[in-house]
Order: sequence, then structure tokens, then C-alpha cells
Amino acid sequence: MASILAVDDSASMRQMVTFTLKGAGYDVTEAKDGMEALQIAKSNSYNLVITDINMPNMDGITLTKELRSLPTYKFTPILTLTTESSADKKMAGKQAGATGWIVKPFNPDQLLATVKKVLG
Amino acid sequence: MTTPATELNSIIGSELDSDADQFLTFVLGEEEYGVDILRVQEIKGWDSVTPIPNTPEYIKGVINLRGTIVPIVDLRQRFNMPEVEYGPITVVIVLKIECEDRDRIMGIVVDGVSDVYDVPPEEMKDAPDFGSVVDTEFVRGLATVDEKMIIILDIDHLLSGSELQAADSISG
Amino acid sequence: MAQFHQTFFEESFEGLDIMENELLNLDVGNADNESINTIFRSAHSIKGGSGTFGFTAIAEFTHVAETLLDEMRDGVRQVDQVSVDLLLKSVDVMRDMLTVYKDGGDMDADNIAAVQTELENLLGAGGSSTSADDSGSTTENTASAGWIISFKPHVEMLRTGNDPIRMLHALSELGEIEVVADISELPTFADFNPEDSFISWEITLTGDIKKEDVTEVFDWVEDECDLDIKPIASESESPAFESSETTPADVEASSTKQPAAKQAAAKKGGGESASIRVGIDKVDEIINLVGELVITQSMLGQIGGEIGSDADHNSNRMEKLLEGLAQLERNTREIQESVMRIRMLPISFVFSRVPRLVHDLSGKLNKKVELVTLGESTELDKTVMEKIGDPMVHLVRNALDHGIETPEQRLEAGKPETGTLTLNAYHKGGSIVIEITDDGAGVNKERVLNKARANGLVGENEVLSDDAINDLIFNPGLSTAETLSDVSGRGVGMDVVRKNIKSLGGSVRVDSVEGKGSVFTIQLPLTLAILDGQLVKVAEETFVVPLVSIIESIQVKAENLNGIAGKADLYKLRDEYIPVIRADHVFGMSNSQASLNDRLMVVVEGDGKKAGIIVDDLLAQQQVVIKSLETNYQRVDGLSGATILGDGTVALILDIAGIIDMFKEKSAPVPPAPKGNGTDSDIADEAA
Repeated sequence: MASILAVDDSASMRQMVTFTLKGAGYDVTEAKDGMEALQIAKSNSYNLVITDINMPNMDGITLTKELRSLPTYKFTPILTLTTESSADKKMAGKQAGATGWIVKPFNPDQLLATVKKVLG
Repeated sequence: MTTPATELNSIIGSELDSDADQFLTFVLGEEEYGVDILRVQEIKGWDSVTPIPNTPEYIKGVINLRGTIVPIVDLRQRFNMPEVEYGPITVVIVLKIECEDRDRIMGIVVDGVSDVYDVPPEEMKDAPDFGSVVDTEFVRGLATVDEKMIIILDIDHLLSGSELQAADSISG
Repeated sequence: MAQFHQTFFEESFEGLDIMENELLNLDVGNADNESINTIFRSAHSIKGGSGTFGFTAIAEFTHVAETLLDEMRDGVRQVDQVSVDLLLKSVDVMRDMLTVYKDGGDMDADNIAAVQTELENLLGAGGSSTSADDSGSTTENTASAGWIISFKPHVEMLRTGNDPIRMLHALSELGEIEVVADISELPTFADFNPEDSFISWEITLTGDIKKEDVTEVFDWVEDECDLDIKPIASESESPAFESSETTPADVEASSTKQPAAKQAAAKKGGGESASIRVGIDKVDEIINLVGELVITQSMLGQIGGEIGSDADHNSNRMEKLLEGLAQLERNTREIQESVMRIRMLPISFVFSRVPRLVHDLSGKLNKKVELVTLGESTELDKTVMEKIGDPMVHLVRNALDHGIETPEQRLEAGKPETGTLTLNAYHKGGSIVIEITDDGAGVNKERVLNKARANGLVGENEVLSDDAINDLIFNPGLSTAETLSDVSGRGVGMDVVRKNIKSLGGSVRVDSVEGKGSVFTIQLPLTLAILDGQLVKVAEETFVVPLVSIIESIQVKAENLNGIAGKADLYKLRDEYIPVIRADHVFGMSNSQASLNDRLMVVVEGDGKKAGIIVDDLLAQQQVVIKSLETNYQRVDGLSGATILGDGTVALILDIAGIIDMFKEKSAPVPPAPKGNGTDSDIADEAA
């Protein structure tokens, strides 16, 4: 059972992501900002991290960089949620070490497809 | 050959007609009245009541029904019948009333409870305006059971929606 | 999806409040970047959420506003008053749109379009693209018999969590593949770093496959690999592809533009407190259950007391039982207090509406107003708070409209140009008091009195105290031309304010000095569920008088009684006259004209008016749980509810202000008057 860490400061987004992924059989843990996510990530292990970019306390880009500096998360797939499909926003995530991105708004099926693609 | 079931049926003497509505009947003076059994929440003996000031005579007051304040209406007074002393068989029927805005619970004081009868829809007749005790506004229909005439009451109207509405609009 | 809507609406409305608050507090010349970021993030969240949940209209509108905010946080655009005001307007629009989505109704499309146009115009020159730029790759829809793909991940590609094998799998799902791996670059085992990628692949993919499906597989790693896609058996120009070795390291100076996002400073408005959302019905249920517990405990206490008085006091068991009951009472009281606090929220929730209101109104009215708020952390019941918002807003409007004068008028009067509006909240006894003070013109007594006389509310020759005159503004019959101003709104008068506050079990009064200002004082019960009461006996019935209304209880002395034309009795209490109310009369319980001498009188106050209520006995003081009469019956004048006593019977709770009103209706208005002649009442003494 693959486990996923979902990070977003919007409760409704978190709910939607959790509901969708849990429904598909994944284990999902939520965090509401980068700082919380980092703490949780350090004390547990996840197969995939999905994170929003704009969040208080620590944004998604910084979170990605921090995770990549942890030995256990060097190769863990990290996906950023970006509301723009403009190149520079996507690239910022990649720059920080993210695996890829998901463009918002997305529907549950798109989310599932992408997660499957990444987790196999 | 009679089966045990049909024997039982004839003993009970009732027809289990699933289309029939059931009514709880009670006595007031000379007449017998009925209310939809589904609206009857419980039946209690008469106990003391806390009167509420400046309310119509037929509102006797309120009681504590397991933590809820429930108003009690004296049906005799509501129908302008002569009052009687409350006695050991005086009974309060607690009913669920459906009003426009919400459901309410109220109790009515009656002389005594009679029975429960099935009344199939086709047996319910309209009430002619023959100047009976009861204002036909409150009457849902008439039924005949065992040669008795039962006046089936429309309790939602009985406990005067219009009065309650007027009061509610003040409290806003 | 709809199941998430509720949360989305809640957080979005909160987000809008945050935006509004931050915008109002922005120091325009010297804007705090942290604030701008907060505002941006809120807009961003709302945009993202509304897009996800299908509320496209909001998503589109918000996008424009968000773009403006993005420019501000990037430093590309100055933060000026014009943009701030426009953003405030946008917040209103977004709020309205959200409300329509949530509750139904029609959107004001014209308004939305208008504000959006204003935003776009403002963005105009900058022309920042609101577009969804596609990333570089050209899409050639050519499908061919297949593709030949050269895929060479850069050395560090693995470090972004991308796995070439997954990509190969993805390709295999598109069609038939043949893969040849080139391991020529693999270093020796000793030098081998498993975190690096040295393998490249040549993949032949056959099938009727669109090129974009192929490029999509490599979407994420465009910059981390060398990719070449050629159609099979054709010489077509190779489509553009990303093969840059130069990692976009420098291109993204923009990625460092998130500095402020790197908080450090605590988020404005307080830190994240540990909290959870709970449905209010759950809380209500607990409160009901605790209410029942209180009644049960009270019953036990009573029984215990009765048994205790009969029993042998030396009995050990009895002692223990009584102790246990006393402890039960303490525990119950503590639970009750604890539970009541769950529903209590700081009044800042209501006060927070005011700054915006003051900002907008003072602008509209061309007045200068400074808002001071005190006691924002004073707590009150959530339900009470929800209902007190509108009356408060109305009083604030009133203060700005009629109270505070224009700068010119103020200067003329020797006052500072800027008026001050003060909101203050504090606890007093079992109530919460809210004061709305302005240093404006005060109530114009002459105008009010004249209007009242003209409307027949006050007799031509009637003399009223200053307080009474001021109180007239709450009278429905009074509407001076002023109160019909557009700002205060028609038909929503002070009388409605008082009515609404009353329905919460509270009161409102005004103290005013002409030329100096006015203070509106709202008093509300801390909670709607329990009450500290004084039990009294009137005839055979037990009633509850709210303790907060009681000033004192005294024994009537005949020499202080005075009758007025046989209608009303007045009692001289120290240096004032208060009306005497026979409770049994008011409640239609008896018409007895028995002597009042030596009777018990409870002096009470409601809505600023005092009276003395004659009762037959004073019983215990206790905390009672308020039960509604309206649930199953209806509101009754003079009563604010009922309660269940320890013995299971029902006792009615008096509404003091209501009783005083009822009494007044039954008798003529009672001005402070010299002692009159006693008539048919049996007053023993007539003072000359």
C-alpha cells in the first residue's frame, strides 16, 4: 500500500486529494504547509509527496529542496501542484528537485492517472 | 376448513387492511373523536400544569415532558363545551403537530381514551355542516365504526396555526 | 465533489476576510511584503479551489485580481490607494459570487464585468500575460507509423525522483516497443555512483501514435535529458525538442522571488492554534445534555436536602451522601461552565466588520473618523454573536451618519477634525456589555422632542427627563428626516435595533450630551442557555426573576406608596419614584386589591427602566437552564422562557423589560409626579 503525503494550505483541496487517493487504495497523510510537511516527512516515510506551491510558513519549492536534502527522500517522487501552466512556474519546481507537476484545476481522474504514472 | 389464522382473525374481528389509517379514539362528553395514531406520541395521566399568563382559557398551561416544555390544551374548552373536573381517568394525549414552519408537540386533555380503530379511506366521509359542537375547520371527516360515529379531527388545524403564526411574527 | 464544497466555502470566506483585513491595514506608502503575500496566497487559494470545484466564474475573476497582486509582490507594481481600493472592491465581488454559488441566486454579471474591466485596465500597461503559456514544445500532430526515440537522461535526472524505467513503461502502453540500451558510458564498478544515470536508450515505438502522446511521457524531464523523437520511415524535419544542456538555472531568478513566502515572522493575526472544526449541532447536543444533567443533579440535591433534614445527622452514610451530592454539584457546574465556553468566541469576530464599514462610510460621507476598539477578546456565545452583528453595524452607521460631524463642523466646534468612534466590550455580572461611543454631535433633544410631539408620542405639556428624551430615538413612531438618509437605510430604524437586541434577551440604551457625543450601550446575556435566577412565589405559582435585573428586594412601607388617579401605584425609593407592579394582576392570576403594606417587592431594572414587582415570597437563588416556550408553543409577552425546577415542575422566567412594558400598557405613562390623592386603593397614608 503506497503512502502519499499531500500538502496544501487549502482544506478543501486536501480533502479532495485525500478522498480521491484513499478511494484508490493509497494511504494518505495531510499537511497544511511546508513546515508541517517536513516534520511529518522526517518521522515517517512516504512513497510520493504532492505539494502545493503557495503556502504559508514554508512554500512548496522550499519544501521540495528540503526534502531532497534528506537521504530518505533523495529519490522520492515529488509533484508540485501549480495553477499556472506557464513554464517558469513549472520550472521552479523542477529546479528545486521536483519530479514533475500537476496543473490545477485538475479533476480526480487526472490526479489518479498522474499518481499511477509515478508510482507504477 | 378453517386454518388457525382465519380462526384468529374472526376472534379478533379486525380486518388487517393495510390501506386503512389507524385512529386513536377518545371521549369528550357525548361524542367520540379520533386522531391519527401516527401523530400520537404518548398518553399520560393528568398531572399538574404551570399556567401561562394571558393566554386563551383553553390553554391550560405547560408541562415538563422529559425536559421539553409542552403546552396543554383542554379540548372541551377549545370546543366551548362545559368544563368538567379532572378525575382519575382524565388523560392527556401528547400529539405531534405539523405546522408550516416546523413540528411541535402539544398535549390535549380528554375525558378518557377509547380504542384504536382502522378506518379505510373509503370509509371516511366528509363532515356536513350540521352545526355540531366542533367547528368543521377542525374536522377531517366522519367515520362509522361499530355503529358509532367518530369525528376524525384534523389536529394540525385544531391547535390553531394562525394564532401561532401571529405570535411568531412578533418574536421575529 | 460536492462534499468538499462546504469546506471550500468556509475557507474561502475566511480567506476573503483575511484579504480585506490586510488590505485595510496596508500602509500604502510602505507596504509590508509579508502582507501582500498573505493577500496573494488567499486569492490564489480561492482561485485554485474554485477552479477545481467547478466554480469557473470566480476562478476567472480571481485570476485577474491575483495577477495584480502577483505584480505587487514581485515588486513590479507599486502599491497605491487606487489599487487597494480596487482590490477591496474585488473582495466584495468575490464574496457575492461565492454567496451565489453557496446559497443560490443570480450573479450581478454587470458589476462583476465592470470591476473586472477596472482590474484589467489597471493591469493594462503591464500586460502581464494571463495566458496559459504552453511550455516550449511545438506540437506536431503528425501521427505516423511510429517513432524512434533517443532518450538520454542527464546524469542527475534520478535525483528528481524520475525513473527512466517508468517512462519506458509508459511508452510501452502506447504501442509496441523495442528498446536498446546503451551502457557505454557506465563507469567502472568502483567508480559507480548509483545515484547517477549513465544509461541511454534507443526506443522504437510502433503504432498509430500521436507525437504529443510521446512527448507527454517526457513532459517532466524535458530539461533533464536529451530527447530526440523521429518518426519512423520518414525524413520529416525533426520537431523541436529540448536538449539544452544548460539547465535553466539562471532563467529562474523568478524562483527566488518567493522570499517573503519564506515567512520567518509569525503570520499576522496570530499563530496557528491547534483547533478543529466541529459541526455546531454536535456542540448544541452537548449543551442540551449538560442542561439535562444540571436539572437531574438539582433534583438529587433537593431530595438529598430533604432526606438530610429528616435523617440522623450523625449517620455516617448520610454525611457521605450529602458530601457526594455537593461534589456532584461542583462537578456539574464545572462541566457546564466548560461546555458553555465551547460556544463562546471572542467578539473580535463581530468587531472585524467595522473597520471596513468605517473606511467605506467615512469616505462616502466625507468625514474623518478614527476607529478604536477595546476588549476584542471579550467572549460571547456564538449564536448571540451572529445576531448582534447587524444591530451593531446599524449603530455604527448611525454614529457616523448622525453622530460624527463633518471636519468643518468639528473645527468650528473646537473639536479635532478627526472624530473618534470607540467600540468597547467587557463582561459585567452575567452579561456582556458593548459600548459604541462617538465624540460627535449627540442626540438633538429638541428635534427629537418636537418630532415626538408632532407624532403624538408625547403630550404637549409633558415634561420628560433627558434620558427619556434620548430614549425616544428607539421609538418606532419616530423618524426624523435625518434617519431616512441613504446611508442609514430606510425602514431599518433604531426600533428594529432594539427589537432585535431584545429578542436576544438583551437591552440597548443611549446616553448623550449634545455637542459632546453619545454612548450606545448594549447589554446581552452571556449565554442563551442558562441564567442565574431568583425564584419567587406569586399566588401559587413559582416564577424566576433573572438575577441581573434585580437591584434589591425590600419590604413595602405604606408611607412610601403613592397612588395616581387610582391607576398606578408609585413607590418612593430613596430619591426616585418607581412604578409598582402587582405581578398577580399583570399575569391575570388575581385582581386582589389587598394592601401592599409589608409585602415583598423586588426592585428590578430592564431597558433602563426601573420598577418594583410585588411578590408573595422570595425563594431560593439558583442557576436555571432556560427552556424555550416557543419550541412547542409560542412567545408570550412578559416571559423570556421557562425552566424545570428540581421537583420536575415548570417555572416561568420573567422578562423584566417586557413586564414593565406590559404594565405600562395597562396604565397611563407614569412620570415622576408629586404625591397625588389616594383613591380606591387602600393606601393607609396620604401625604399632603
